[in-house]
Amino acid sequence: MGSSTTSNESNDIPCSYIPVPDSPDAAGAAVEPRRQVKGLFVIFCGMLVLISLVAFNGYYRASNNGHEQASLAAALTKIIVEESGSETVPASSRWQQAASRGVSAGVSEKTNRLFSSSNSNGEMYPWNNSMLSWQRTAFHFQPEKNWMNDPNGPLYYKGWYHFFYQYNPNGAIWGDIVWGHAISRDLIHWQHLPLAMVADQWYDKNGVWTGSATILPNGEIIMLYTGSTNESVQVQNLAYPADPSDPLLIDWVKYPSNPVLFPPPGIGATDFRDPTTAWLTSQGKWRITIGSKLNKTGIALVYDTVDFKTYEKIEGLLHAVPKTGMWECVDFFPVSKEVKNGLDTSINGAGVKHVMKVSLDDDRHDYYAIGTYDEKNVKFIADDVKNDVGIGLRYDYGVFYASKTFFDDSKARRVLWGWIGESDAEYADVAKGWASLQGIPRTVALDTKTGSNLLQWPVAEVESLRLRSDEFKDLKAKPGSVVPIDVGTATQLDIVAEFEIEKEELEKVTSESNVDKYNCESSGGAAQRGALGPFGLLVLADDGLSEYTPVYFYVVKGSDGNLKTSFCSDQSRSSVANDVVKKTFGSFVPVLEGEKFSVRILVDHSIVESFAQGGRTTVTSRVYPTRAIYGAARLFLFNNATDVSITASLKVWQMNSAFIRPYNPDQSN
Amino acid sequence: MTNMKTITLFFLIALTSFPSTIHCRTLITPNDANLIENTCRRTPNYNVCIQSLKSNLASLSADIRGLALIMVKVMASKATDGLSIIGRLQRGSSGPSPALTSCAGKYNAILVGDIPQATQALQGGNAKFAESAANDAANEATFCENGFTGRSPITAQNNAMRDVSVVTAAIVRNLL
Repeated sequence: MGSSTTSNESNDIPCSYIPVPDSPDAAGAAVEPRRQVKGLFVIFCGMLVLISLVAFNGYYRASNNGHEQASLAAALTKIIVEESGSETVPASSRWQQAASRGVSAGVSEKTNRLFSSSNSNGEMYPWNNSMLSWQRTAFHFQPEKNWMNDPNGPLYYKGWYHFFYQYNPNGAIWGDIVWGHAISRDLIHWQHLPLAMVADQWYDKNGVWTGSATILPNGEIIMLYTGSTNESVQVQNLAYPADPSDPLLIDWVKYPSNPVLFPPPGIGATDFRDPTTAWLTSQGKWRITIGSKLNKTGIALVYDTVDFKTYEKIEGLLHAVPKTGMWECVDFFPVSKEVKNGLDTSINGAGVKHVMKVSLDDDRHDYYAIGTYDEKNVKFIADDVKNDVGIGLRYDYGVFYASKTFFDDSKARRVLWGWIGESDAEYADVAKGWASLQGIPRTVALDTKTGSNLLQWPVAEVESLRLRSDEFKDLKAKPGSVVPIDVGTATQLDIVAEFEIEKEELEKVTSESNVDKYNCESSGGAAQRGALGPFGLLVLADDGLSEYTPVYFYVVKGSDGNLKTSFCSDQSRSSVANDVVKKTFGSFVPVLEGEKFSVRILVDHSIVESFAQGGRTTVTSRVYPTRAIYGAARLFLFNNATDVSITASLKVWQMNSAFIRPYNPDQSN
Repeated sequence: MTNMKTITLFFLIALTSFPSTIHCRTLITPNDANLIENTCRRTPNYNVCIQSLKSNLASLSADIRGLALIMVKVMASKATDGLSIIGRLQRGSSGPSPALTSCAGKYNAILVGDIPQATQALQGGNAKFAESAANDAANEATFCENGFTGRSPITAQNNAMRDVSVVTAAIVRNLL
C-alpha cells in the first residue's frame, strides 16, 4: 500500500485551543440553579452545532478539507470555552484541589489514586459493553481474562521466548496468585500455555510470587521465585523444567527440599521477595540479590550459591538508600559503554557500567541508577549519588511497575518487561472481566551520548505489525492551533514524529530565570500555555475534541539561551468519564545540540506508550475514552505555545493485531 | 525509737503502694490502647477510626496488620449495608434509576473485588494491594454519590463507606 503525503499544505488555521474545563468544585455537592440553566443553554447550543456538524459530515469527508474540519472543531469548542472561561482559578491550583485527602493528616501523597470527593458536578458516565470491550488491546500481552501483574522469569530457550506472569485464575482482582505462561517466536505474537506453577505446596500456599530465571552455561534453566507460605512468610524456592527437551517448557518441578532461603535474622517475614537472575562471580559462584528494607531504608541483600540449593549470605548489602522504603523486584545488570548490544548478566569489567533498578512499594514506581559494580567489596556505587536508586531516574513516568529485564542471547540484546496496571475503577474491571497489560517489550541500553541515562525502545519485531502508512512532511502549526492528521481510524497506531521550533521566533522569546520550573505532573497539562510549549500530538481524540490525550513537549528557555525540555502525557481530557485517572505524567528529557524534538507513540486501544528522543524519557498511560473509540478515534497535531510556530513531520502506521491466543499444536509457528 | 518509726512508716507506705501498681500493670495493657490511638491519629478521620476499631474487641490485642484487617471487616459491613439500602430503594416507591443501578454495581465491586483483595493482601503480606483496594472502595462510594443529579438518597451510606475506606488505606500505609 502506498503512503499518501499532504506536503506543503498550509495548515495555519487560527483554531482556538481547548482549555481545561472547570475545576472540581471544592465547595461540594449541589449544583446552583443559575449554573443549571446555563448548563441547559449550553447543551441546547451544543445540540444545534452537533446537528449542523452531522449535516456537514458527509461533505467534509468527501472533500477532505482540513480547513473545514478545524473550524468545526473550533466552533464546537468555542461553546465549551465560553462556559469554562468563567472560572478564573489558575490551572495549577485546580490540580491542588484534587489532591488526596490523606495529605493533611501527614499521609504521603504517594498513595495509590484517591480521587477528590467533589468531582464534576454529578456527571456520571455509564460504561456500556461497547466501551468496555474496546479497551482490550490488539497487540499488547494480556491473558484472555482475569488479573495479571508482575512479569516473571522471562527467557529465550530453544527458539522460543517464554513469558511467565503473576496471574489470578479466579477474578479481575489481585489474589490467589499463580504463574501464567505464554510463548512466542518474536516477543509479539504470543500463545497461551497452561499455568506453569500453582499454589500447591505449603511454602507457596498463599501465593506463587515473582521470580527470575538463570540459564546456566550448559543450557540448564534455574527458576528462583518467592513463595508466600501457609503462614504468610516470604521464602525463596527453586523450580526447574520437568523436561528440558520440551522447547515449550510446559511442566515445571519444584525442588523437593524447598524453600531454599528463609528471611535472615533482622529481616521482616514479609520483607523478603523477588530474587534476581544470578550472575557469576570471579570465584565461579553464582550470586543473586533480593530486595528488602530496614525501617524505611530500602536495601539489597546478597547470596552466593554453587548449586542454587544451598546459599551463603554475604555480609553487608549490595546497596541501600534511606527513605525509599521496601525494594521490590530488584534488577541488577551490566550495560556496555561501547556497543549498542546488551550484555550477559555475568559480564563485568572495563567498558561496562552496571544498572541497579528497584520497584518502590511506597509509590509504585520503577527507578534505576547507573553506576559501578565493585565485585570485591560486593557494592554498587551510583555515578550520581544525588540521583541514586529510588530517588532519581525512572524507567517510565507513567504506569509501569515491577519491571524485569533478561538477556536475549539470540539477538544480543537486553529486553525489558513492565507491568501496566489499570487506571480505572474496580467496578469497570469487574464488569469487563480483566485487568492489566504488559508493556511492549523494550530493548535497554546505555545512552552513550549523555552517559547518564538508559535508552528504551520497542523491540524491532513490533514493526512487523505495521500495515499501511501515511506520511506528513513539514506541517506548520501556528500558536494556538489544532491540525487534523488524516489517517482514518486511530486506535492501533505506530507514530514517529519530529518537531522543530521556528528559529527566528525562538530567538525572540524571553528567557526564564528558573529553567527547571515546569513539572508535567503539577502542571495544568496541555492547556497550560507557555512561550515555547506545549506542542505535540493529540491521540485517541474524537472529531469534536471532547476527548483527547495530548502527548507533548514543553520547552523553557534559560538565561544562557539553553533550552530545558519536558515530555508529558496528559490524561485530564482523555475521557468524559469521571471515574478514571486524569493525571498528567512525564519528566525532563535531554535534547542535545542539533537534535529535533522526536517522539514515537504506540497507540493500542486503552494503552498509549510514548518514547521521546529515542527513548531517553518514556511515558505509558492507560486511557479510557467513551467517544474517541472504534471508528471515531482521531489523531491531531497541536501547538498551544503562545510565541512560536512549530513544524512537524510524521509517519503514521496502522497496526495489525498480534492475534494473541491459546496455543494450538495444529497451527505451526 | 524514731528511726524505727520512720522505717516502719516508710515500709508500710511502700507495701501499700507497690501492690496497686502491680495490680495496674496486669489488668490494663497500655501499649495496645496507645497503638489504636496512635494509629488512628495518623488517619484522616480519627473519630471514625476509633469508633470502628473500639467496637471490635479483637482490636485490643491486634498489631497494625490486625487493625487493618478489622477495618476491612468494617468496610465489608458498610458495603453490605449500602447494597441492601440501594436494593430497598430500587424496589421502593420511586423505583430503580440509572444512578441507583450504577451504585449497586459499584457497591458490588467493593464486595466482590476490593474486600477480598484487601483481605488476601493483608493476610498474605503484600500490603500495597490492600491500600489500592481500600482507595478504590472510597472512590466507588464517591462515584456513586456523584451519580445523582440533585439530592442523593444515600449520602449517609456513601459517606460512611468512603470514610472507613480512607481510614483503612491510611492504616495500611503504615505497613508499606
